[in-house]
This record gives sequence, C-alpha cells and structure tokens, in this order.
Amino acid sequence: MATGRPGTDSCCSVEDVKLNIFRMNVSASPNIEIESTEFEVTVTMRGVFSLPDVTELVASLSTLPVDRPMQIDMAGVTRLDTAAAWALTTLSARFEAAGQRVEIKGLGAGPQSLLRTVADAMPKPTEEQMSPLTLTDRLAGLGEAVAGAMKFLLALVGYFGLFLAGLARSLRHPSEFRLTALIHHCEEVGVKAVPIVALMAFLIGVVLAFQGSTQLRQFGAEVFVVDLIAISILRELGILLTSIIVAGRTASAFTAAIGSMKMREEIDAMRTLGIDPAMSLFVPRILALVIMLPILGLIANLMGLLGGGLMAWIELGISPAMFSTRLIDGTDISHVTVGMVKAPVFALIIGVVGCHAGMQVKSNAESLGRMTSTAVVTAIFAVIVADALFSIFFAQIGM
Amino acid sequence: MDETEPEVVISIRRLRNQFGSQVVHENLDLDIYRGEILGVVGGSGTGKSVLLRTIVGLNLLAAGSVTVLGDNILNERHQPNDDAEARWGVMFQDGALFSSLTVRENVEVPMRTVEGLDPDIRRALADLKISMVGLPYLAGDKYPSELSGGMRKRAGLARALALDPQIVFLDEPTAGLDPIGAAEFDLLIRGLSRALGLTVFLVTHDLDTLHAVCDRIAVLAERRVLVTGTMQEMLSVDHPWVHEYFNGPRARAALETKETTTGPIRN
Repeated sequence: MATGRPGTDSCCSVEDVKLNIFRMNVSASPNIEIESTEFEVTVTMRGVFSLPDVTELVASLSTLPVDRPMQIDMAGVTRLDTAAAWALTTLSARFEAAGQRVEIKGLGAGPQSLLRTVADAMPKPTEEQMSPLTLTDRLAGLGEAVAGAMKFLLALVGYFGLFLAGLARSLRHPSEFRLTALIHHCEEVGVKAVPIVALMAFLIGVVLAFQGSTQLRQFGAEVFVVDLIAISILRELGILLTSIIVAGRTASAFTAAIGSMKMREEIDAMRTLGIDPAMSLFVPRILALVIMLPILGLIANLMGLLGGGLMAWIELGISPAMFSTRLIDGTDISHVTVGMVKAPVFALIIGVVGCHAGMQVKSNAESLGRMTSTAVVTAIFAVIVADALFSIFFAQIGM
Repeated sequence: MDETEPEVVISIRRLRNQFGSQVVHENLDLDIYRGEILGVVGGSGTGKSVLLRTIVGLNLLAAGSVTVLGDNILNERHQPNDDAEARWGVMFQDGALFSSLTVRENVEVPMRTVEGLDPDIRRALADLKISMVGLPYLAGDKYPSELSGGMRKRAGLARALALDPQIVFLDEPTAGLDPIGAAEFDLLIRGLSRALGLTVFLVTHDLDTLHAVCDRIAVLAERRVLVTGTMQEMLSVDHPWVHEYFNGPRARAALETKETTTGPIRN
C-alpha cells in the first residue's frame, strides 16, 4: 500500500480503504479513510467496528507511518467492540512509542469508556522463560525420570507394606477385619470375571491346538500337540492372560473407586474419624484378589485344556480319552505348580498398583481418568515383567 | 447510561417449565432491559438456574414464550443460531472451562467461529479478555485444574465475554469465593457491565452482590416472578419469604456494610 508516503509537494495523498465485509444485522459496513500529509496522519472511521472486521482493520492500520502525529476521527462510528478498541489501542501505543501524539476525537461516551477500559487492561506480556534445552537439561531430565521411577517403585513397596501391616493387624484384632467387604470384592473381582476369563482361555486353547496341529503335522508329530497345549497353558498362558484381563478389569476398578473417594475427600474424612484407609480399603481389595486370582487361573487352565482338547479332537482326531492319557503321562505336575505359584504374586502386583494409583488422584476429574489408565498400563506391564523374572528363576532352579 | 425509554432485551411471557409432574415455573413473566444488571433470587429449588437455562436454550420450555433481542428462542432451539449465540455469553457456576485446553485456548474457542480472524490477533484478544477480567498474564498458559476457584470463575467470564456479547448470564458468580474475592468479582461485574454496555442476568444467593451490583432484583417464588424492583423496594415488600430474605439478620448486615462502603462500590 502506498499509504502515507511523504509527499514532495504540500498536497496530500488520499487513499480510501474500504472494508467490504458482509455481516448480518449490521446496517453500516465499516469504512476507513486514511489521509496522510507531511505533518499528520488523519484516520476517519465510520460505521460499526467489531470482531469479524478486526483483521482487516489491523491490516489497514499497521501500514501507517509513525513519523508524524495521528488524528483519529470517530464521529461516524456507530458501534465499537473490544476487538476494535484493542486495535486502536495497539495503534496508539505504536505511535506513542515512536514519540508521536495521538488524538482521538468525536467519540461518544460509551465507546470512550470502552476504549479507556481496554487501554487500562492491555496485557503486559511477562517474559516467558523459554531457554533452549541444553545437554545438561536433558541429562537432568533423564536423571529425574530415573529418580521418579525409583520413587514410584518405593511407593509401591510402601503400599505392599501397608497391606501386610493391615493383614497382620487383622490377625491380631479380627474384629477390625472387614469380612463383608472382602466377600463383596471377591464377588466383584472373582465371580464376575469368570465368564470372560473362561471364554478367553477356551479360545486360547483352540488357537494353540489349531496352530500346533498345522505345524506338527509336517513332522508327523501330531500327538505332541497335547504336550504343547498342556505345557504352554498350564505353565504360562493360563495364568498370565488371566492376570492381564484381571489387571484391565480390576486395577482400573480399584483406582476409580479409591480415586473418586479421594477426590471427594472421603479418605480424609475416614482419617479424621479414625478409620485407617489401609484397613478398610486396601486389605479387603488386595486380599480378595489374592484369593480369587488363583481360582480364576485354575478355571482358565481347565477351559484352555478343554478348548485345546476339543480342537485336537476335531482337527487331528485325538479322542478325549487319548488326550487325557497323553496329558497325564506326558505332563509333569510341576508345570501346574509353576503356573499357580505365580498367581498370588500377580494378584498382589495388580492390587497394590490399583490401590496406589487410586491414592494418587488429585481433586480434579482429569487426574482420575489419567490415573485409571496409568494403573492398567502399569499393572499389565508389571505382571509381564514379573512373569519374565519367574521364567528365569524357574529355569535356574531347573523346574 | 442513557435515560431514554428502556429497551427490552429479554422478554418472558407465561413461561411454564416442568420436569415430569413437577412444575417449576407457571405463568412466569419477566422483562429485562438493556444495560441493566438484574439479580434473580429465590429459595433453593425455585428454579433460578432452570430459568437461566431456559433463556439460553439449554432447557426445553413446556409452554409460553421467551424472546431474546427480538428472536423467539423456541424457533431456533434445535438449530443453533450463530448470531444469537454471539449476542450472549454464559458463565457457569464453576466456570465450565474445557479442561484439556489452557485458559487462553478456552477464551479463543468462541472466537474460532469468526471467519477470517487472524490467529495472532485472536491470541492477543484472548490475552486482552484475560486481562480485563483481572487475571495475570501468565494465567493464560495455565490449565483450569491449576487455577483456584475464583480464577476459574474469572476465566469463565473471560470466555463468556470473548465475542463481546450484549447479554451475559452469570450463574452464582460469587458462590464459593471468599468475601474479598467475592467483593472483587462484584466490582468486576459492575465495571465491565458499565464499560461494555452489557446487560447482565445474574443468579445469586449473595446478598452483598445484590446490594453492590444489581440495578434491579427479581424474586422467584410460588413458581413465578413474585416481584421485581430495586433493593429499596424489596425492603418494603410484605410477602413473608421476601420479607424474611431482605430483612433477615444477614440481609441487615449486608445492607449496613453497603452503606458504609457505598463510595468505592458504586464507583
């Protein structure tokens, strides 16, 4: 735009900037005339100035030269909103920063008070501390993450300790033990999980038998599919997959229940009433898991064998009688022991992670959602890590 | 303010609201004039918030008519009218800020509906609104969960004011604030309403707010607007509930406070 180039003669260059903006319910479309002389810039504004037009208003005002005083004639302005007032205030500030005088005239009382309010409220940006990340910062970040992880592990151990202390206390004072709560949680985490766990294990058995038979048939070793199914389900998959499902179902439920109590200050209320949250919330929940997860694992083992046996019968013609003979002869009881030993440990992991995450919920709803999903992820991850450690352990002791 | 014939911006006629068999409002009539601050009071369960929700179209009315700035809200109930929504802003009790957005982004949300608005200008305007409601500059970068209750309310007001509405609805603006914060909020509402020429519909229980801010008070009782008028007129109404409300010990205390601090509050 050629606006405001200092003229060589005394005559002034005039430029009209028409803003053609379509807007409903606006009778007068905004119109700006900019007149620039050697000594002064005069801006004449007419019509309604509001938010939809502010981009163009700013665009047409930003090119004004700041080397001479400015006069804004607003006699024809019928309405001015904060956006337009902001644009004018920014413009005035630019001129005043350059040491030029700004005069606004012809403004009604209403818009004038608006302009004053906006000028008073103009935000003063505070310098943001955004220094670029150095290598030291990154190292410090890494160190913090490691320290945070250690702290988290320590906190989990602490919650495990709370559970054990609560358990010991209920042995000494059986009256403080919440039997009703325990039964309720046994139903919630155990009985109600039976259908999904059974179905999952049955399908895993089917899949193993099917995949095993197609591979083993190439060697004429179809009958070993029984060993494949038995060992993999009894030793690993039955209990691991059950734990993963329970982690998804129950760790989230623990976190949500305890977390919402934490959010509504119920836990604080319990403490002021002399009720120990560990005794009344953690012990029944975790204990219910410790009791129910081995049972669920056993159900999963049986259903997995059932699914595998069924598929072996259909696919390979291994009759149920032959399957059971082969199963009893070929599979050592140690496989079942190895599988079942893991169950209470996984139960403790899931329960402690769920309760701990619930207690980390802050007083807002977002943290509840975040902690619930964190609990599930942590519980599943921890269960798999524990399973790997168990594998190494059992391999070392030769079981 | 102009002392000419007051223009009616919201007109409610024979309004009926009911939930199942429970009738909340029956034959409710109310006029709200341009530029005034109307305080709506009433006992718990008299449907103050329901009335607010009905006017802004969040609640379906059973009978009657509500006209806002000449448009019957019934006609546009199911097709949100951009223009109508730009003419009013609502501040909910706890701010109702979007929790996944920062305060500045929250204020920018309504502005995003304006076509062709430059993002830098939008950001600057959001900063202006945040500053106008008395929040510090850095509050714009914070998430709602990091703010105190009073700051959340202010941020909610900033979002309600984002499009320079003509009418602002405030639901219990001072509930849950400490007396200092509440008094500051009162001043803020009054100052902004005068500077921006806002019409304010304010639901409150706070007698201090009624004294300090409201031009006119409407009392909801017996399923309708029992009486409207200034604070002085309220004091002489002889309906038992109204009398108890405005002449009770707390009301007297609020009145005395107001009389001793008339100067600063009235500006």
